[in-house]
Amino acid sequence: MATASARKGSLFGQKQTKILTDLVLYVVLSVVGIIFILPFAWMVANSFKDIRGIYTYPPTFIPEVWQPENYVEAWTMTYFDLGFLNSAIVAAAVVLGQLFTASLAGYAFARLRFPGRDKIFLLYISLMMLPFIVLMIPLYVQMRAFGWVSTLQAVIVPFLFTPWGTFMMRQFMVTIPRELEDAARIDGCGFFRTYWLIILPLTKPALATLAIFTFVNTWNMFLWPLIILGKPKVKTLPLILASLQNQSGMRTPWHLIMAAATFVVIPVLMAFVLGQKYYVRGIVTSGIKGGG
Amino acid sequence: MAAEIAAGTERRKRKPGAFAQFKLAFTGLRREETIAGYLFLLPNLVGFIVFMLFPIFFAFYIMLTDWSLAKAPEFVGLKNFETMVNDRLFWKSLGNSFYYTFVAVPTGIFIAFWLALALNRKMRGIIFFRTIYFLPQITLTVAAATIWRWIYQPEIGMINHILEIFGIDGPKWIHDTKWAMPSVIIMSNWQGIGFAMLILLAGLQGIPEEYYEAASIDGASGWQRMRFVTLPMLSPAIFFVVVTSLIGAFQSFDQFYVLTEGGPAHATTPLTLYIFQNAFSFFKMGYGAALAAVLFVIILIITIIQWHLAKRWVFGFEED
Repeated sequence: MATASARKGSLFGQKQTKILTDLVLYVVLSVVGIIFILPFAWMVANSFKDIRGIYTYPPTFIPEVWQPENYVEAWTMTYFDLGFLNSAIVAAAVVLGQLFTASLAGYAFARLRFPGRDKIFLLYISLMMLPFIVLMIPLYVQMRAFGWVSTLQAVIVPFLFTPWGTFMMRQFMVTIPRELEDAARIDGCGFFRTYWLIILPLTKPALATLAIFTFVNTWNMFLWPLIILGKPKVKTLPLILASLQNQSGMRTPWHLIMAAATFVVIPVLMAFVLGQKYYVRGIVTSGIKGGG
Repeated sequence: MAAEIAAGTERRKRKPGAFAQFKLAFTGLRREETIAGYLFLLPNLVGFIVFMLFPIFFAFYIMLTDWSLAKAPEFVGLKNFETMVNDRLFWKSLGNSFYYTFVAVPTGIFIAFWLALALNRKMRGIIFFRTIYFLPQITLTVAAATIWRWIYQPEIGMINHILEIFGIDGPKWIHDTKWAMPSVIIMSNWQGIGFAMLILLAGLQGIPEEYYEAASIDGASGWQRMRFVTLPMLSPAIFFVVVTSLIGAFQSFDQFYVLTEGGPAHATTPLTLYIFQNAFSFFKMGYGAALAAVLFVIILIITIIQWHLAKRWVFGFEED
């Protein structure tokens, strides 16, 4: 809003007012930015301190004693390395699975004609916003019946399909010109080959959006793993991180917890920085930050 | 074969039944497409039915039982809902859910709105600021809550230290029944504001420049342009943010579990955490499912109210 610059008879010329408002805005934006970044900076700074530095009062921002070994200790701490592996397996499986099921179904909804298609699609959309909290108890009982409690498939298999992702795929595929497929069909391509060779390459932007979204959401997933993953060996990173601070006993080892938190946060931040364009588009077009 | 198709088309004119239509889809040229359609949908549909539709119906049964998982479920009708009426903690957690939602969402959207306005300007480095504001949103809530839990520590925490520099004796934050909920709200807004900001920013960028020019030519002041151009044009985006944020806030769980563990003295136990405790700490599956149903109905009612109110203030909103 160039409010000030449009006002007539102001003290400065238009150009000066613009520079001045820009300057004020920069200061305000920077102050807010510092508030947003400070907890992260605090986390990283303290991950290098020793336990004495943590409990020194008044606290200093820069560590007095640098202790990068915290990262080694955090990594070797109770099942942390295993947790990293578990989280990576779950995230990779869910991302690949969702890309496959959502793009296949999206293609069917967007292009193929078969009875009941639009009714099924409507059902999908209407359940898109269903709160997970409603599902978690019956799903838990179901997992017990399957014998899947404390197994990784319990956090993978129920999340291999996605109403939201299917919806997004369908919306994207509808916009692809039909001529491209028709040509392939006339050349004798079957439906699956058409999907694989023509549609999928054209759907890359939507696939990238879904992949980054799903990765971030799966990596961050907490409530469901908390319920279903009881044994230490199958725990994912968020669970381990949450349990670290509840260890009773002496003083909480905040320096190790902060090093662990840094480890956990880095993959998602990297995914975001690399795929920011796609992530932002996903939020703007659909506005859903999944839960679970 | 030909006669069959002819009969089919004949029937179609008289609005064929569902089964006839279904049968028709498997004849002639459409056969291949129909089969392909179902096959493509199959993996997704199986997951959808097994892990979503079935649990929904199963939940209806569970909420009518007394079930500890150790024994077989005992059908008790609506007893779980009767129990709720006299359950002091249920009302407390329900109140907490409302307190959290109706403070966190309006304040969050208010701040996000001003941030979006500030970012909607052609300046160098805007993308950098946008990224910074969005970073907490990407961070997993568990990590964010862990950091904040420490920042909030009364003795060694960062906030009280900063307050002390300004000569303020800070409260005990998450250890104080009065301050615990505001603490969670501050942390949640720090984390979640990027989402609302991004959507409002996209909304602002969609307002044509000409509207502002026209308003300026008509002599509209900065405030008038805000009131009569920006707000009406942005109202669909605001509506969207309000609806999704309210739904999301009622479902918040992670920050309560990690930051305050629902305490002190249940001051920050929302309905979600209470459901979790009943089902997975006390193994009262039936009661937990009944509570979840109540939460779902509340979310549904609030969303429906939003849609009805939308007619009054959302620009171009039509019910279909």
